[in-house]
Amino acid sequence: MKLLVCISKVPDTNAKIAFTNNQTEYDTAGVQYIMNPYDEWYALVRALELKEALGGSVTLVHVGTADSETIIRKGLAIGADDAVRIDADPKSALFVAQQIAELARNEHYDIIFLGKETIDYNGAEIGAMVAEYLDLPYISYANHLEVNGTVASVTREIEGGAEEVEVNLPFVVSAAKGMAEQRIPNMRGIMMAKTKPLKVLPPVPIEDKAVVVMYQTPPAKSSVKLVAPENMDELVRLLHEEAKVI
Amino acid sequence: MVLVFAEHQKGKFKKTALEAVTFGYKTAQMLGIECAALVLGATDYATDLGQYGAAKVWQVSHPALDNFDSQVYAAVIADAARQLGASVVVLSATANGKSLLGRLAVRLDAASVAGVNALPRVDGGAFRIQRPVFSGKAIAEYELRSEVKVISLTGNAIAPEVNGQSAPVQPLEVAVPTPRVRVKAVKRIEGIVPLPEAELVVSAGRGMKGPENWGIVEELAEALGATTACSRPVADAHWRPHHEHVGQTGIAIRPNLYIAIGISGAIQHLAGVNNSKVIVVINKDPEAPFFKVADYGVVGDAFDVVPRLTEAVRNFKASH
Repeated sequence: MKLLVCISKVPDTNAKIAFTNNQTEYDTAGVQYIMNPYDEWYALVRALELKEALGGSVTLVHVGTADSETIIRKGLAIGADDAVRIDADPKSALFVAQQIAELARNEHYDIIFLGKETIDYNGAEIGAMVAEYLDLPYISYANHLEVNGTVASVTREIEGGAEEVEVNLPFVVSAAKGMAEQRIPNMRGIMMAKTKPLKVLPPVPIEDKAVVVMYQTPPAKSSVKLVAPENMDELVRLLHEEAKVI
Repeated sequence: MVLVFAEHQKGKFKKTALEAVTFGYKTAQMLGIECAALVLGATDYATDLGQYGAAKVWQVSHPALDNFDSQVYAAVIADAARQLGASVVVLSATANGKSLLGRLAVRLDAASVAGVNALPRVDGGAFRIQRPVFSGKAIAEYELRSEVKVISLTGNAIAPEVNGQSAPVQPLEVAVPTPRVRVKAVKRIEGIVPLPEAELVVSAGRGMKGPENWGIVEELAEALGATTACSRPVADAHWRPHHEHVGQTGIAIRPNLYIAIGISGAIQHLAGVNNSKVIVVINKDPEAPFFKVADYGVVGDAFDVVPRLTEAVRNFKASH
């Protein structure tokens, strides 16, 4: 099994969200970056489990600049065999998807994994784009994945339930909670990761079609209106007359 | 033309589809063009989409469309959009919509924006549209620089509005590829509004002390007609089923009303709920971080407050 896991870099959950350059850029000053949790905890770990059970290799791909090396090495420490970094600022979903597709087109991976979305832009677009560029099936929001020969059984989350599907390899899948359990890299993994191959490739140039022109932070919420526990009729009145939600 | 892909479930249109048609109608009005809806597979209700603003409904019928395969659906929608000359394609940001958006962007060589929550505007010839980013902690405004644009609309962002009458339904001839994804089973929990679509949500956390105490939470939800949810520790401890878990790793929701009972408000939980329109927090700890993002708060013991609130809701419902 030849497996590819797409990993992205996101601000830590607790990072402050502020903008600079006249509200047109995310302010990265002092921001700690982590590997996107859905990529790390679910996509990568399930790929490693499949490799352990069925043999093969797990390659990481990341679109990012040199300062992404820490999170790539973490992925290698968790157990991936090698990594490719496309040396570019991941400025849009379409841009990132096209870089990944370009790499995968010549490598013929059996399964391409990614997390269900990144926790910063929450767009969940890249998996579908990669699948479309490569003319492959795509299963999104998968929380269970088994492979039997050349056929995979996958469960995907849908509104208020789940859908069980089968698909032949190769395909693209996005991983949600439940697909695997987070792995913490051990000392041996961290040492080994330092010498694992990390290839750096130049990006394919593309023209962006959807460009962020401005960021806003929502107006600060006015402070909470407290209602006494004895006075629940008042809370219901406020929800009806003031908030107009019931 | 603005073309709205209206999703249905076994022939019935859900609120998210009606929202998408309403959004498509308003966008078309702003652009001075027509709004049409596209329906794939069998349904008897396609004509109703006219009431929400579709001047026409196009229907593609084929047995392969009874099950969802994003590759097949994207091929059909893209083909239809080309045939009909659509300049804006609108989807709902549902599980299926999310797996179609990126595909359509590639197929139609279009700019795409996922999960918008407000109508677009044209500013000096530039098409601009906003969407929440960073789990709702910021809003990004995008400029879409392509002939064709593909947009997915997040649920509960705009209300369905009746703008017209029944629309004529016309068949559309589109080649339907053979599905490569074989759907084996679709399991839905019957009888409740799924959390991503719920307008009212009552959610509880570790403050409930144990699964045996959920009766008062369920009673409040029932009195309101709300869907129940829970925090991550509660789902992880198997006090409640996993499909109720809202938050960053669970389901992200944006109901009109979110009532959080005995949930402290960790940042990972807030990431999944802070797009809610109104948040009510009930917690005995006045320092609980959740109060900082709440609209209304009750500092008190859930076992005392929740039954009182349920009674107040029942009295209100009886008199309205």
